[in-house]
Amino acid sequence: MTTRIDRRTEPERVAPAAGRRAPRGIAQRLVPFGYLSPTVLLIVVLMIVPIIMVIGYSFQDNVIVTDDSEFAGLANYAKVLSDPDFLVALKNTAVFITVSMVAHLLLGLAFAMMLNSKLLSGVTKALFRIVYILPWLFTIAVIAVIWRLLLDPAGVLNYILQTLGVAQSAVDWLGDPDKALWVVTFANVWSGYPFFMISLLAGLQGIPGDLYEAASVDGAGPVQKFLAVTLPQLRPVIISMAVLDLIWTSQQFALIWMMTGGGPLNSTEMLSTFTYKQAFSEYEFSTAAAAAVVVLMLTMILAFFYVRTQRER
Amino acid sequence: MTSIRARRNLAKTGVIIGLIIGGLFAGLPVLWMLSTSFKANGEVFQNPPQLITKSFSLDAYTGILTNGVQLRFFANSYIVALSVTALTLLVAILAAYAFSRFTFPGRKTINAVIVSVQAVPPITLVIPYFGLVVALGLYNTYPGLILTHMVFTLPYAIIMTTAYLNTLPKELDESVKVDGGSSWTALWRILVPISVPGLIAVGVYTFMISWNEYLFALTLTRTDDMRTVPIGIQLLMGQHSYEWNQMMAMSILGSIPVLVLFLIFQRRFIGGLTSGAVKA
Repeated sequence: MTTRIDRRTEPERVAPAAGRRAPRGIAQRLVPFGYLSPTVLLIVVLMIVPIIMVIGYSFQDNVIVTDDSEFAGLANYAKVLSDPDFLVALKNTAVFITVSMVAHLLLGLAFAMMLNSKLLSGVTKALFRIVYILPWLFTIAVIAVIWRLLLDPAGVLNYILQTLGVAQSAVDWLGDPDKALWVVTFANVWSGYPFFMISLLAGLQGIPGDLYEAASVDGAGPVQKFLAVTLPQLRPVIISMAVLDLIWTSQQFALIWMMTGGGPLNSTEMLSTFTYKQAFSEYEFSTAAAAAVVVLMLTMILAFFYVRTQRER
Repeated sequence: MTSIRARRNLAKTGVIIGLIIGGLFAGLPVLWMLSTSFKANGEVFQNPPQLITKSFSLDAYTGILTNGVQLRFFANSYIVALSVTALTLLVAILAAYAFSRFTFPGRKTINAVIVSVQAVPPITLVIPYFGLVVALGLYNTYPGLILTHMVFTLPYAIIMTTAYLNTLPKELDESVKVDGGSSWTALWRILVPISVPGLIAVGVYTFMISWNEYLFALTLTRTDDMRTVPIGIQLLMGQHSYEWNQMMAMSILGSIPVLVLFLIFQRRFIGGLTSGAVKA
């Protein structure tokens, strides 16, 4: 449909022309939906239908593996929510995502501020920026094998710790239930901080210089400038990055699956690995679906906050 | 003056020391991966560890590159990631055009759905996907992987592309319409050609997501001729022995496409990314 009408002014058009223009107007109105139709179709097929399916599975027994599934009410939910392994997974996930998010933020902010320093030349900063972004450019499978190599009882980290006298004997980082959760969290911190750093760096570069000059005139030192100018200016970026990071980290599966498989003794079991095992190791697709719906609800709460922080800006 | 200069020098030294410590934290693990890929497998855990050993060789790389199974993993990853990138860009351009240039009922709702799709956990989707893909006969096929990857790539691509189109003045496409062209013409003749820098950023990001995807590749494929590189790396953690040197060589070979794309398009990519994440 070719027309010169600016869509935004169309509703104010006066009645007389309406009779002749009506068909054209309807077609015109449909144009944006035409452009959106592939997206809408994909979202329905890949998102709406699957979510309805998984909710359906969660109220049935014997889904996927057999044809004679029957309505099971809330039995699957009761089973999942009373499963001690699920509760451990919930606790581990909470620790994992909170510690990761705080560490991502602190490291990302520290590195971004160093990279934004006016004391250094552009070339130096560009070089360091590439090094700092490196961990983020590797796929999680690679991150997992790098850290398994470094953390091996015979590996280079244990060698360094023993040489420095920090550790008496080789530490089995991933084999010790007291340490494994912290170790996988550390690997996740290493791989994830650059995304914070990039966004915070862009945020820092967007702070008007005269705000700092005004603070200098008022006699503010570096710490006061940081608290009075930098942090308040970065606040919106920090909040939306933090929520986004909680969402992403809660979905982390590959890193844990490849580093520990959820072990030893469930010490690194996450909601994602728990659900995966229910489905693809135990073939309990019904309980897996119930767990998956619980995970979805928890994520939606976070997503709600994310959408709200985006709207506020 | 001198005291100010002295203080500046002190601060500068402090920042440089901080940067170096951070650089070691970020870079040493990567360096160790590189060094291990050049070792013989028996020397990986030698004591004391050495960065470069006497047996320095490319054997681990030739081992990967002459093995048909491993090469197939790479071919699969390229086929899937490139298809996902092309399809995502096509669908995202159309959707972004609608969001950027039209007002229509339901605009806000559809936009909110797209934003929240990003938050839906893959582990929730993988269970119905498994059911769906098996039912549709797409289990262990490329289309099964390509379609499911798009659920991650599409929302971000739409948000980034919309943000990019919004930076282009509306007069550009209006001028086509004044000349009697349709909105379709305006999109493909005017907007898409001048959006190439933004679309490259979107494409690179899309390629990265698909290239790195693990959970769907693990659950929706079964045989070695359909597996992708991340699964291939995991498969090297074999049943009998760990081929550490080959694992690291494969990790590096598997990371090269993303590293190269990132280094070439760094500026555009970071710009597009932050405009998508921070302002969208």
